Amino acid sequence: MKLRTPLLAAAAFLALATPAAVQAHRMWMLPSATIVSGDDVWVTIDAAVSNDLFYFEHQPLRGDPKVLAPDGSTLEVENKATGRYRTTFDVHLTQKGTYKVAIVSEGVMGSYMLGGERKPIPRGTTTATLASVIPAGATEVRTSESANRNEVFITSGEPTNTVFKPTGKGIELIPVTHPNDLVAGETATFQFTLDGKPMPEQAVTVIPGGIRYRDKLNQMDLKTDAAGKVQIKWPEPGMYWLNVTTGGGRGPGMGPGAEGQGASAAPAGPAPRRANYVTTLEVLAP
Amino acid sequence: MQIRLTGLTVTALGASALVASPAGAQTLDLTITIPKLSVAEYHRPYVAVWLEKEGAAPRSLAVWYDFDMKANEGTKWLRDVRQWWRAAGRSMSFPADGVTGATRAPGTHKLTFTAGRGPMPALSGGKYTLVVEAAREVGGRELLRLPFSVPAGGTATAQGSGELGAVRLTVRR
Repeated sequence: MKLRTPLLAAAAFLALATPAAVQAHRMWMLPSATIVSGDDVWVTIDAAVSNDLFYFEHQPLRGDPKVLAPDGSTLEVENKATGRYRTTFDVHLTQKGTYKVAIVSEGVMGSYMLGGERKPIPRGTTTATLASVIPAGATEVRTSESANRNEVFITSGEPTNTVFKPTGKGIELIPVTHPNDLVAGETATFQFTLDGKPMPEQAVTVIPGGIRYRDKLNQMDLKTDAAGKVQIKWPEPGMYWLNVTTGGGRGPGMGPGAEGQGASAAPAGPAPRRANYVTTLEVLAP
Repeated sequence: MQIRLTGLTVTALGASALVASPAGAQTLDLTITIPKLSVAEYHRPYVAVWLEKEGAAPRSLAVWYDFDMKANEGTKWLRDVRQWWRAAGRSMSFPADGVTGATRAPGTHKLTFTAGRGPMPALSGGKYTLVVEAAREVGGRELLRLPFSVPAGGTATAQGSGELGAVRLTVRR
């Protein structure tokens, strides 16, 4: 929130590639429903970057949402549109089971010295394309790799677990409690992994929606155990924003502090690693 | 109510501890009152009646919803009967034989469930809860729990304050 225009707009524009640059803002997707019944079901999802949860007041969330269906197939979203404050799209659920809607991005940021001048690595660079964007003769290459995952879950009928099969890339949620089976007053357990490995002693931030109508943030600062599992007792029904950030986080609730980008002058490699995970969870009244 | 034994019903019966060593034939007589509400927009409530026993899968006995809409569209709001949906509904397919029924108008409705007929299993000895949950379009939701035990039987009553009125259950052999 300290940023001012035009820096603000620039920061938001880079939101997907550089979450740390907009850490005062929260990225989120909000489904119209997470638990649905019926045979031919549509759910609409809003996606935005904002301070309050879940209000559209800053920037639309940009990215390419993909839908993973219970049978393992990938679906395209429908009716996607991006407005001034939000992106919106629909998901058509024709199968029974749990769906995952995710915006996933990976990238390499950094810079290098050439001819006495420090030049940035272009946006959109990935580990695979890194070598091709650094010209011959470049020195002091500083890079950091990021993996960002923003996802929501929707269940038609009975919850299934096929969409939780880990990809081994970035931070992922492994359910102990199914994320579409959350009830106020009950305790849910989730495990988090980074590149397929459990994240022990990892900070997990949970904030209930509706910030605008209360004075306190009511943020829950939780920590995973040795096995990377966190327990969350839901105080009341509603939509909750959950964030796990590792590497380079500095803001409140953004995980343990780490050396900023470019702290080490590695000649080529994409380290240090920076990863971010966001999901929105719906908790029902008992 | 159509009564046909589908594969689903058979599976549910087999998986349920409710059916082990039945303690004689039982009949549940249930009276559900749906209150007349003076509201600007009234829709008949969706109502689910189900049976719970610790350690056994809950059994749906009756679900009243808009089952006759085209393309099964009435099932869209079944999830609003949310405790039933979580306990039993989400694993069922609709219409469910012997369970699906039309929504009912305000008034008193009598239902009888006989062990071994339709959705009603034979009950083994132990503690049970019969649950009645109602959810109304543009209205509220209410849930009433009626505990009873087998083979003791007897009568249990509960009084709703919103979407349900008096509910009375008599368990007889």
